[in-house]
Amino acid sequence: MSTISLKVNGQMRRLDLDPSTPLLYALTDDLELRGPKFGCGLGQCGACTVIVKGQAIRSCITPVRSVEGAEITTLEGIGSIEKPHPLQKAFIEEQAAQCGFCLNGVILTAKALLDKNPRATDAEIQQGMSGVLCRCFANVRMLRAIKRAGQEMAR
Amino acid sequence: MRKPAMTPDARAALRGAGFSRRDFLRTSGALIVSFSLRKADAQFGFGPSTGSPAANQVDSWIAIAADGSVTAYSGKEELGQGIATAQQQLVAEELSVPFNRVTLLYCDTAMTPDQAYTAGSQSHPANFNRNNLGQAAATAREALFRMAAERLGVPADQLTASEGAISAKGDPSKRITYAQLVGGKKFSLGLNPNAKRKHPREWTVLGKPVQRPDLPGLVTGQFEFVHNVRLPGMLHGRVVRPPVVGATVVSVDESSVKDLPGVVKVVVKKNFVGVVAQKPWQAIQAANKLKVAWSAGSGLPSHADFYENLPKQKQTRDTLLVDSKDVEQKLGEAATVVKSTYYHPYQMHGSMGSSCAVADVQGDKATLWSPTQGVWYQKTTAAMVMGLKPENIHVIFRRGSGCYGLNGADTVTYDAALLSQAVGKPVRVQLTRKDEMAWENYGNAFVMEERAGLDAQGNIIAWDHEAWSPSLGNRPGPGTPGNVITGSLAGFAADAFSPRAASEPRAFNNGSNGVPSYMAGTIGGASHGTGTVRSERALVHNVASPFWTGPLRSPARLQNTFAHEGFMDELAARVKADPLAYRLHHLKDPRLIEVVKQAAKAANWEARPSPRPGNRKTGIAAGRGIACVLYEGDNGYSALVAEVEVNQDTGKVSVKRMVVCNDVGPVSNPDGLRNQIEGGALQGMSRALLEEVTWDEQKVTSVDWRTYQTLPLGFEVPKIETVLLDQPDEEATGAGETSITVAAAAIGNAIFDATGARLRQIPFTPERVKAALAARG
Repeated sequence: MSTISLKVNGQMRRLDLDPSTPLLYALTDDLELRGPKFGCGLGQCGACTVIVKGQAIRSCITPVRSVEGAEITTLEGIGSIEKPHPLQKAFIEEQAAQCGFCLNGVILTAKALLDKNPRATDAEIQQGMSGVLCRCFANVRMLRAIKRAGQEMAR
Repeated sequence: MRKPAMTPDARAALRGAGFSRRDFLRTSGALIVSFSLRKADAQFGFGPSTGSPAANQVDSWIAIAADGSVTAYSGKEELGQGIATAQQQLVAEELSVPFNRVTLLYCDTAMTPDQAYTAGSQSHPANFNRNNLGQAAATAREALFRMAAERLGVPADQLTASEGAISAKGDPSKRITYAQLVGGKKFSLGLNPNAKRKHPREWTVLGKPVQRPDLPGLVTGQFEFVHNVRLPGMLHGRVVRPPVVGATVVSVDESSVKDLPGVVKVVVKKNFVGVVAQKPWQAIQAANKLKVAWSAGSGLPSHADFYENLPKQKQTRDTLLVDSKDVEQKLGEAATVVKSTYYHPYQMHGSMGSSCAVADVQGDKATLWSPTQGVWYQKTTAAMVMGLKPENIHVIFRRGSGCYGLNGADTVTYDAALLSQAVGKPVRVQLTRKDEMAWENYGNAFVMEERAGLDAQGNIIAWDHEAWSPSLGNRPGPGTPGNVITGSLAGFAADAFSPRAASEPRAFNNGSNGVPSYMAGTIGGASHGTGTVRSERALVHNVASPFWTGPLRSPARLQNTFAHEGFMDELAARVKADPLAYRLHHLKDPRLIEVVKQAAKAANWEARPSPRPGNRKTGIAAGRGIACVLYEGDNGYSALVAEVEVNQDTGKVSVKRMVVCNDVGPVSNPDGLRNQIEGGALQGMSRALLEEVTWDEQKVTSVDWRTYQTLPLGFEVPKIETVLLDQPDEEATGAGETSITVAAAAIGNAIFDATGARLRQIPFTPERVKAALAARG
């Protein structure tokens, strides 16, 4: 065990844990955040995605020590029910979900993509989302919501 | 045969619903071996409850608070399919209150009526058509009208309701609110099976694309999944599953983890092994390092010739669905006989999140937070696993990752229960990806032989369907925790497999879609099927499975429909008929005919035989295919047209467009229905093109998303169009399993149209497509 400082959604948090612990457990267990989720633990599905330095990364295979001091953004950090991010708003408008378990990875991967390229074409969005799974297959709506959010973010 | 235990409450509930106990036993008993096993329970809507509110009382379903807000209680839960929204609309509609004034609580064994499972596309039929939630709300409405008539001095038929208040027609000054009438008090009223329901033509809340209330919380990371349940003092558990199928525990070396940080306890119960630690990462490391000596496994049958060996099994449990007894004779008289064999692999639920549960076992009492589809069966079976009394178990549903049937939800709840019981503290368990995938109850593999006889004009004069499918275990309950891996490891037996010869069918049951849509389905002189072929036989052989099996979205129905609809396409091609016209020629059910016609119309179907004339034998070839079904013989009509492009050099199939037409009775929420149809079509496409459980001599080898392929979010998504045929004068049916049932067949038929190559084995991998292309000559 050792003390690790994490900057999560703008707040500094000091945690006492094994520095090899994957970031996901620090977020979901120590900080009790509900956004990031354990899907596979292998970096294959995207459920655990968080944004670090503008990149969507897989927190299930990222040791906490490697992100100490870095700015970490989770789904909770990009918007709220009262003030949703354009992506969150678009997903509600398009009713783009079924069970909702994948939404964390879908929305944060899309955010990292659109932050760099809000005018992403359909092909670029598809390419950008190719490492993310939705097993309910709400794909049609999700891709539409991402496109819609991009249009708003580009304004 | 085991008889389901009936509690006084369940008996009362059955009586209230108009069923005798004998009816219940007869129906549930008769179905125990079939793939419709749990459908009987879901249809009646009652499980093995102890202590749940009685379903024949209005107060069990509906409460109106002092502020006029409405709380509705349901035994059908939200799994992501949108049923919570539809039920909230239903209550708002029947009570004439705004949608947002209703709060829906569901599937808590201490609080909500026992409605058995949320499964089998039975939630709409159960709560819209039968004496359950909708009827309770209608009974409450009638009671409110009676009270208002008395208080206002106006006859009930001169009153009208809106916005949670009742007023005299034409005199709004005579008005009284529900809160004033009954706010905070009980109705103390039996559910009235004759209470008048609103006709779908009068609907103002139902029938509208109301948005799902859970989405804002979901998209912002506020929503509590079962994975997010946190209790004071909660510990973290991890299970250690056998390394190979059939291995048993020889010894466990607890000292191998005793020096690891945070380890609280190693738990062993027969072949169940787990560890409990302070933190999740500590539990994971301890589970990885725990030294367990296992016996050799029982070995697995060869995957390579698995299908070949299925029909050779000597021990079979046979079900004859229909038999006109003249099929062989008619086949002998036919101008042409066509035969084909279709193959479907074991497939996974493959939930996005591995399954998770939280248990708090204190002495002889337990509270379980579970994503199970059957909280009441979880209650009685978890009691068995822990050796506690069912009345001391409280099961609270919390949503897990989308399950599509029996994923690891029930087994992980037992895991958490056993580990919590061992330490006397709350324990959370989430399975590893591998433990989820290697041990879940897979959707059944199938070998299906189809034979048909055609007359000189090309009409089908006889059809024979014979299928073999292996099974082991099922949903746990009633009384069978051994139907899933944890219960089995802890020493409980699965439902026994007992061979049986087929008996004469006494009633028509097409719950597994074993009978093709084109058969007349004649039993006792009356035709119950959707088709016209009168010389008919459908026979299913159940055999023992080396793997756990259980319902996976459209269980057996998808497999059978793949074979029937692919074969129907073969017959049309054999006589050079347009596959659409040929289908219509052999159908008689007007609603099935209509969905086929409307799907074809929306897709601009080009009437001509397959394969498509002029297509070249190399490069990319385009084609279209159609398939249809009356799901479960009575639970939703669906037709799907798929348009594909096949790269004949690489064998890659690209689905470009899918047009689906559904008739599921009156549409409660058109956007929710479209969402289910779209997701079902794409999930069906993923299952058709990629998904297959694999194994070696000892163990399952498809244990993550590299070894079990699925379409990712970013694949080339086909254009999907949905056509909804609203039927306000019909009963509501299920919808969640409709489009997925016809997707594989429509895609396979489109591949044939494009290339002339027939795909009879799922998944349609590039290798299989290339093999079929090579075989077309």
